[in-house]
Order: sequence, then structure tokens, then C-alpha cells
Amino acid sequence: MSSLLETRELSKRFVKHLDFAAKLARKLGANVQEEVVQAVDQVNLDIRQGEVVGLVGESGCGKSTFGRMVTGILPPSAGTIHYNGKDISNAASPEGHAAALKIQMIFQDPFASLNPRMRVRDIIGEAPRIHGLLEGQSQDEYVANMLEKVGLDASYSGRYPHQFSGGQRQRLGVARALAVQPEFLVCDEAVAALDVSIQAQVLNLFMDLREQLNLTYLFISHDLSVVEHISNRVLIMYLGRVVESAPTEDMFHSPNHPYTQALLNEVPRLDLRKRQYTPVAGEIPSPLNPPTGCHFHPRCPHATSKCHTEIPQLKGIAPDRQSACFLNETP
Amino acid sequence: MPQPTLDVRNLQTHFFTRDGVAKAVEDVSFSLGSGEVLGLVGESGSGKTVTGFSILGLVDPPGEVVGGEILFKGRNLLKLSEEEMRNVRGNHLAMVFQDPMMTLNPVLRIDTQMIEAIQAHQKVGTDVARERARDALGKVGIASPDERLRAYPHQFSGGMRQRVAIAIALLNQPELIIADEPTTALDVTIQGQILHEVQRLCRETGTALIWITHDLAVVAGLAERICVMYAGRIVETGSVDEVLDRPLHPYSKGLIESVPSHNQRGRRLNQIPGMTPSLLSLPEGCAFRTRCPIADVECRRLPSLHEAETERRIFCHHPQRETA
Repeated sequence: MSSLLETRELSKRFVKHLDFAAKLARKLGANVQEEVVQAVDQVNLDIRQGEVVGLVGESGCGKSTFGRMVTGILPPSAGTIHYNGKDISNAASPEGHAAALKIQMIFQDPFASLNPRMRVRDIIGEAPRIHGLLEGQSQDEYVANMLEKVGLDASYSGRYPHQFSGGQRQRLGVARALAVQPEFLVCDEAVAALDVSIQAQVLNLFMDLREQLNLTYLFISHDLSVVEHISNRVLIMYLGRVVESAPTEDMFHSPNHPYTQALLNEVPRLDLRKRQYTPVAGEIPSPLNPPTGCHFHPRCPHATSKCHTEIPQLKGIAPDRQSACFLNETP
Repeated sequence: MPQPTLDVRNLQTHFFTRDGVAKAVEDVSFSLGSGEVLGLVGESGSGKTVTGFSILGLVDPPGEVVGGEILFKGRNLLKLSEEEMRNVRGNHLAMVFQDPMMTLNPVLRIDTQMIEAIQAHQKVGTDVARERARDALGKVGIASPDERLRAYPHQFSGGMRQRVAIAIALLNQPELIIADEPTTALDVTIQGQILHEVQRLCRETGTALIWITHDLAVVAGLAERICVMYAGRIVETGSVDEVLDRPLHPYSKGLIESVPSHNQRGRRLNQIPGMTPSLLSLPEGCAFRTRCPIADVECRRLPSLHEAETERRIFCHHPQRETA
């Protein structure tokens, strides 16, 4: 089966350019360098139609940047994104424009992602009106439909965002994304800001919508139990690189990469009581100055001298499973 | 039975706002002994943080502790003058906040802040205080504490800052630490490190700990006993195993079932309908009534917190006994 979304060696570098003073200092012989962050480093990802792919990592690992490139909010520095076989890496191209409607994003903070001065009917209805998706319905009818789909009362369309609770606002965010009839949703920490009971409601909503509308999801989160619950396949990122990719079942049953193992060990679980935490040593290194070789080697209990110098490639270790670790190579 | 370190009885903290009285904490009672870890669990607005603030006497107007007793080693903290309370706070009682930048002053070096905290309570020389500050940093797992003492808060990462905040709470060897969501803002591996240190410290020093959180899974791994709060009241208390495996209150039951866990992957989560009611307009009777699957007419009458089983108290007319 062919992929709906395909990224090839997708990379993003953020460069802090030198200001006038720094340039002058360099002219005069000072050792001033531009600061470069390799936020996303050559990520290959295939997502099939109807799949839910979880993208997991700690803060600063580049998972949100990746999501933003897929959605067309950030231009990639290198590599390509194909959607339905068409190159959409350039958001300004006609293909990019078409895909921009089909790929929508749901953001983490339901308080920051809705314009506080717009009414619900405009937040949800503006985009479909401009793109001519109303198909004879009035904007109010269309918005009422959308609100019903996400489990909100249609009579709310005259309200402002501040009149809603966190969970309701996140539903509004979902309705806004759905209003342009997307096929693919990028959910960036979409339930992280919600209370547990509300989080369950929104996760259920995502699963219902997926069935009703035949949606495909890229689900970005740091919360492993949420990702485990909703995804078919999981990718683990560490400092810009994908270190492991596997079907959810396999990933949680038998993690391969030492980082994945450490991460899964640390997740608090309801059924583990009075446990001894045996944490991974060290901090997440600064992405400004990442370790050489395998990024995880300073914290890895199995690191060898090879890990200090060479970058491990993501290689198949079983059907549908990939891991970037030298330990998998037979000596 | 030995005297408990902390005994909170019928605590009431109300906020007198323009729109009416918000009963943020209503009739809350619990106690804990030395070395014990109590998990205080609830969703936003359930009153768990205000409970912590009330114990430390940090409730600001329009909030006010209007009733109850907070007995700390037999002494009622609510009867103390502000001067006496200052002596207790930071010396015998300490708090760790969710955001370590709330504890740390960004323009002062770590050593200045730590030495100040020691000298506020004890007459010791700066050299002795510095030594104790260094030891405290070492205890929470900060490498090369001598150099780190001279750093400013912005030179630390989030996890390190939280360690410093915990070190400051530990400085005067308090008998009780109240930790308010201290790992919520941290990454999983860093959270694991902090939990590890906290567990070790409680075991070694016999400090009692109240761990305030919305994350049931963290409490499961850390605490001995648990209090579940909803809309300002404790709705269920008991040992962690009992409450998590056999919740009696429909709210705790719903809450536990709405946490994604590995044995129900891909299935619909059991969700609690509706949302947390505003504290200004709580339903009459049981506050959970409007979201409760088993509510009936009787629930219009306020239930009482009663002992349903040994060491288990529950605030409900209809405890869920047959849950299998």
C-alpha cells in the first residue's frame, strides 16, 4: 500500500544570524560563530491512509518542529515531503497550497490557539467560507454541523472563547481543523493541557472522528500512555533524530533502543505501586551542542567507543521495526 | 498510636469574591505520620493546592481559612501569630512548588538564597551555612555542588532548578514537606530522577511528604495513602492499593478508568461526562451528582464522609462495592 504522507531526509536547522555588533567583532578578529540548532535531522517517515502514528520524545527533541513542517507552517531546510505522491515541500507551490487544506493541525494550548476576539461562528466558519466549502449552506448551518460533530451545542456559535472551559476549547480547536474537511490531522500535544477526565473525552472524540471521517493522524506527545492508547505505530525521537520506530504493541512489549527502554522504564503506571525508580543518569544535552556520534551515548549504559564517533543509522531489525543502535549489529 | 506529624481537621478555606463565596476547601480532614507519603489527587480547581497553601498559612485575600484546625505536632497552626508562623514555615514545614522559578529569585546566586534561608532560622556563621547548603545540593544529586552554588538560577535546566528548590526545602530538615505538582512540568526521565531522590530522602530522613498532583500514576508509585479531592472536598481516602484497585466512590472510579492503560489499548476510554462545575455554583447536595452515573434523589442531600471500611473513608451515599 502506498503512503499518504512521506518524508525523506527531512531536516530543519535554526540559525541565529549574527547581528551588526557580532559581525563587527568578527571583522576585528573575535571568534564569534553563528549558533545553529539541528532541530530535525534527516527524518524519514511513511504514514499510510487511516493510520495513527505516535511521535514521542522529550522537550527539545524536535517533534513539534517536525509536525510544523508537515503542516506547512515551517519551511524545511532540506529533504522532501510528499502528500499523496505530490511534492509539498514548498508551501507556496500549487501542490503545497492544496495540501495545506488537507493537512490540519491541532495545538496544545487551547487558550492560546483561539483568537479571543472572534466569535465561535467566525473561528470555525471563516476558513470554509473563504475556501468555498460551504456548498450552499449558510455559514451558521455549517458551523452548527461542525459543533455537533465535536460534541458541542450548536447554540454556542455566538460565544467567545473565554466563555468555554479548557476541554470545550480543545473541542473548538478540533472543530476549526475539521471545518476545512481535512484528511490528515497533526495533533501536537493536543491533550497535554487537559485534566484526566477531560483528556479521556477528547481522546474518545479523536477515535470517533477517525472512524466517521476516515482520518489519518500524526499524534505528537510526550505522554507515552496516551500514545500507547491511540496509535498503531510509534516513533521515538531524541535530539532531532528518530531512534526507533515500531508497531505500538512491539514497542511497548520489547523496546529495542536503550533510550526507548529507559523511557518506558520511567513511565509511572497505575499498576506499579511503591516502586523503586532507577532513573537514567544525566540531562538531555543542549541541542546547540549535541554529543558526537550517537546523541544518546553520554547517558547510555551500553555505550562503546564506536558510539562516540559514528552516527548509527536507522536499520530494520524485524518486519516493520527499525532502530538506530550499534548494539543490533552482530559483531 | 503516636502523635501524627500533621493532623488536619475539618479545614475550610473560602474565597470571598465579587460573584459570591467560593468554597475552595470544605471540611477537609486527614493526618499523616513521620516518614509517610500522602498523595493528594484531584483535577484543576478541586482545592488540592489551596489545601497545601492553607497548611502553610499562605492563603491571601480574598481567600481566608474560615474553619477547622491544622495540628502540627499537636500545635494548631491557625492560632499562631504571623511571627510564630514565620518561624514554623521553612523551618519545620516547607513547600516545593510546581514552577521552580517561583521559589528561586532570578537575580540572586543560589548560595545567597540558600544561606539566607538557613540564617533566617538559625544563628550560624556564613561559612557553616554555605557548607550546609553545599551538602543539601549534594543530597539532591547535583554534581559539583561547590561550583553550582555560585551559579544563577537561569544557568540551571528545569530539572536542576527543581532539585535546587527541593534542596532549599530540605535545608532546615523540616518534618513535613508539601510538594505541589513538582514534576508536572518536567520530562519523563527527569521526573524519574526527582521521584528517585524524593523517595530516598523520605526514607533516610523520616520527613513526611504530601504530594499534590493530578497524575494518579505518579501517586501509585510513590505514596502509601491517597486522598481524592473533588470540588473542594475529599471524596475518598484509603491506602493506595485499596483506592486504585477497588475505588468505592464513583468519581475516583471514573477518574481511574479514564487513565489510558496498557490493557485497553485502542478501546474507548471510560469518560466522566460533563465538566468540573464552577465552585461558585455547585449543585446542591453531592457536588458530583450531575456527572454521576448512579446518582438518585438521595444525592440531593449532602452525604457525609464516613468510614466505609477500616482505614477507608468515603463521601458518598452509594459506595460502589460490587465493581467486578
